[in-house]
Amino acid sequence: MNGKINALGRWIPEQINGQPVIPFQGIGKYIPEGRKAAPPIVSCANYPKDGNKVVNSLRKALELAGIKDGMTISTHHHFRNGDKLTNKLFDTMAEMGVKDLIWFPSASFPCHEPIIEHLKSGVIHHIEGSMNGSLGRFCTMGKMKGQGVLRSHGGRYRAVQDGDVHIDIAVIAAPAADPFGNANALYGKSACGLLGFALADSQYADKVIIVTDNLVPFPCIPWQIHGNHVDHVVVMDEIGDPEKIVSGTTRITRSPARLLIAEYTARFIKEAGIMKDGFSFQAGAGGISLAFISFLKKFMEEAGVKAGWVRGGSTRHLVELLNEGLTSYILDGQTFDLDGVRSMRDNPNHVWTSPFTSYNYHGKGNFASMIDVVILGATEVDVSFNANVVTHTDGLLLHGMGGWQNCLFANCTILALPSFRDRIPVIVDKVTTICGPGQLIDVVITERGIAINPARKDLIDSLKGSDLPVRTIDEIKIEIEKICGGPPVPPKVDKKRVVAAIEWVDGTVIDVVYKKID
Amino acid sequence: MQGAEAGRRGKGVRADCFVRLEARSSGGIKIELKSKVESMYGDSIKELVQQMIKFFKIKAAYLYLEDSSAFPWVLMARVEAAIKRCYPEKSEEFLPDMMPQNLYTKPRDTFRRTRLYVPGNQPRLVINAGLYKPDGIILDLEDSIAPAEKYSTRFMVRNALCEVDFMGAERMVRINQIPEGIDDLPFVVPHNIHVILIPKCETPEEVEEVDGKTQQLRAKHSVKNDVYLIPIIESALGIENAYRIATASEKVVGLTIGLEDFTADIGAERTKEGRESFLARQKIVIAARAADVQPLDSVYSDVEDEKGLMASVIEAKQLGFEGKGCIHPGQIKVIHEGFAPTSAEIDRAKRIVAAMEEAEKKGLGVVSLGTKMIDPPVLKRAQRILKLTSIQ
Repeated sequence: MNGKINALGRWIPEQINGQPVIPFQGIGKYIPEGRKAAPPIVSCANYPKDGNKVVNSLRKALELAGIKDGMTISTHHHFRNGDKLTNKLFDTMAEMGVKDLIWFPSASFPCHEPIIEHLKSGVIHHIEGSMNGSLGRFCTMGKMKGQGVLRSHGGRYRAVQDGDVHIDIAVIAAPAADPFGNANALYGKSACGLLGFALADSQYADKVIIVTDNLVPFPCIPWQIHGNHVDHVVVMDEIGDPEKIVSGTTRITRSPARLLIAEYTARFIKEAGIMKDGFSFQAGAGGISLAFISFLKKFMEEAGVKAGWVRGGSTRHLVELLNEGLTSYILDGQTFDLDGVRSMRDNPNHVWTSPFTSYNYHGKGNFASMIDVVILGATEVDVSFNANVVTHTDGLLLHGMGGWQNCLFANCTILALPSFRDRIPVIVDKVTTICGPGQLIDVVITERGIAINPARKDLIDSLKGSDLPVRTIDEIKIEIEKICGGPPVPPKVDKKRVVAAIEWVDGTVIDVVYKKID
Repeated sequence: MQGAEAGRRGKGVRADCFVRLEARSSGGIKIELKSKVESMYGDSIKELVQQMIKFFKIKAAYLYLEDSSAFPWVLMARVEAAIKRCYPEKSEEFLPDMMPQNLYTKPRDTFRRTRLYVPGNQPRLVINAGLYKPDGIILDLEDSIAPAEKYSTRFMVRNALCEVDFMGAERMVRINQIPEGIDDLPFVVPHNIHVILIPKCETPEEVEEVDGKTQQLRAKHSVKNDVYLIPIIESALGIENAYRIATASEKVVGLTIGLEDFTADIGAERTKEGRESFLARQKIVIAARAADVQPLDSVYSDVEDEKGLMASVIEAKQLGFEGKGCIHPGQIKVIHEGFAPTSAEIDRAKRIVAAMEEAEKKGLGVVSLGTKMIDPPVLKRAQRILKLTSIQ
């Protein structure tokens, strides 16, 4: 197998799934040219004049869409671990005798474990998208026929625009839809807020199928997905498990160490002078992030500071900021609880976005680079500040990237994470898999200290005189290696077997995952 | 065939391990390892176990180790506990190196606003305790440890005293009730322990017994630093004997109360308002002050109720207590805030100390502020307030 060393020193094969690969060249170095991919020309003359595109079964819709072997089928993760459509979809295609499909999800979840059977039987050839838990393990052990390709949310949009991925059929689960195919996620028992991750698919796929458990009369308003992109509408009793779509119980961490990390993070933003009137931030919905938001809220109230805008995923904690006037807007990519859904539905300043508005590499600008500060996690970070979010230190691919890579472009990117998990160090000499270059990672905040990237002298200077525990990343690494009993032994892998590629936001390959040897 | 077990396993167990050791008459050493971190640390775990087997001169045995990502010092403690249960005649100790940063001392009258209780067999809590900056960390051998775990936990606490960074906090251990607690002392006294808490203390004789054994161990292990004592009063009899307990040894530096057991002992229900224990707490303050040791309040047991905690700290301060126990790191900050001197207290203390300095300069024997004479206890309290201000 031939390959090249990329700009971060990682070996990259010449081809993935038989397609040529461009190795990562550096940030902002690779600028594709030419014209974007385009969907086929369609004409309204070929669609029902009365606008009724409802067909009576998923199977029928797939037949009408011309399903055949080798096609690329896309689905979306708005229902998260409560998704009931994807498994049914591939079961149906298996019954229809279709083979060698490429599954192109915006993300996968543990509920998609049954997909493994379709990978084994040959219904699905490979997955281009995140592989969580069992699927990731299956892939890492070299059992998938093709190679996995992992992209960020923005990278997924770009891949479609560049024609790297051509979606034959997009199947979009919608909590509310009308017979014309207009759809949103704001109403119905499966309401999950928005459908942003399906936007590219609706615009670029050859065929688009909307599946809903809540058919409403025309017009379904607002139309987060416009019916002009939709070929068929299918009604099913159940497309998701509302309990698992939005739990309503997204909880602040109770772990004292994680609370300390969250507090350090909020203090960092305050003391570095980032927290000032009109500032913007993004934090996720994990336990540390939620705790961070509550600490930051307290500091903002004490100082009388208001944010200009914040980015979701939203939860009730972010909604509180909006309702109490501590931010003017929430620009939201996904809602994690019912408060988020309600707020998005009822408050015009809680705005639904998509990877196009937020993360698009081929946009004329990028929201993600305009934000003041973003708080992210990682599975590992190394002494050069490179970070990993997809594999664990034992070499198993267990997570997707979500919008993580896209968020790195913020003015201040903070990784807030524990310095070790169980006895496995999180700060290491070299990450198992590079997902984000250290050049874009400014601060690592752990319970044992805060490491600022030496390239960010401005941040280092701004923290002079603070009693926050600012240390070098090497100091923290040495301390945790002492606690954990030395650095972990790297996983045994088959260097000849690349099982998955990690794309950078521009479509170049930043690293690969190798088959793990038992 | 003699066999022994130590440690914990099963769902929810993390950063710990389970060991089963079977002594054999022949057949050499057989080690079976099942570890969650096998690919990363399997070899180093086996190496450690082999080193220990060699250290304890075991010739033939079967050792089964089920590891849930235990830190090395935890593995060492669990394996040693199993070995010593299996071979009670073996008296050597397989000690981790003492961290150089743990070799500090604390003055007798150091601030003890917060003392964080950590169960001695919970490595994940032990390892992080110093991060929350309590004045003291108590590794507990007593009530938070189930009877079956007591023996093995002594090794955990001993190893933690060596290899866990206490980050400047006062190093404390709560031993078991006397007489059992006496057998805990050899595991803690040689390892730069600052304070031993004596639970359910009812008589001065118990304090004398702990002190006697501690002095004996200090001599044996050439421990230079003082080992201080804090008796915990948890019964009606203890309250009646409080002053005698506080003065039973010059090593006593504080007196505290355990309200859970105390209320049960007097036949009352523990309430949030605490009327049932008001007199007892006052008696602790008075006995401690009479003995010139620190009166330290009980713990506040509702970890979710920050407002209730703050109210209880303010009450404790008003009663004359200088500190409270903590059962969750989240309580530390609140308690430190509650015990922080108010600006009025600081102003007054500054004026008193200034008046004293002025009097000294003038060679006056009596210190006065305005028309009021300042007595030594008032001056002492003022100095203490200013010192506390400087560490806030």
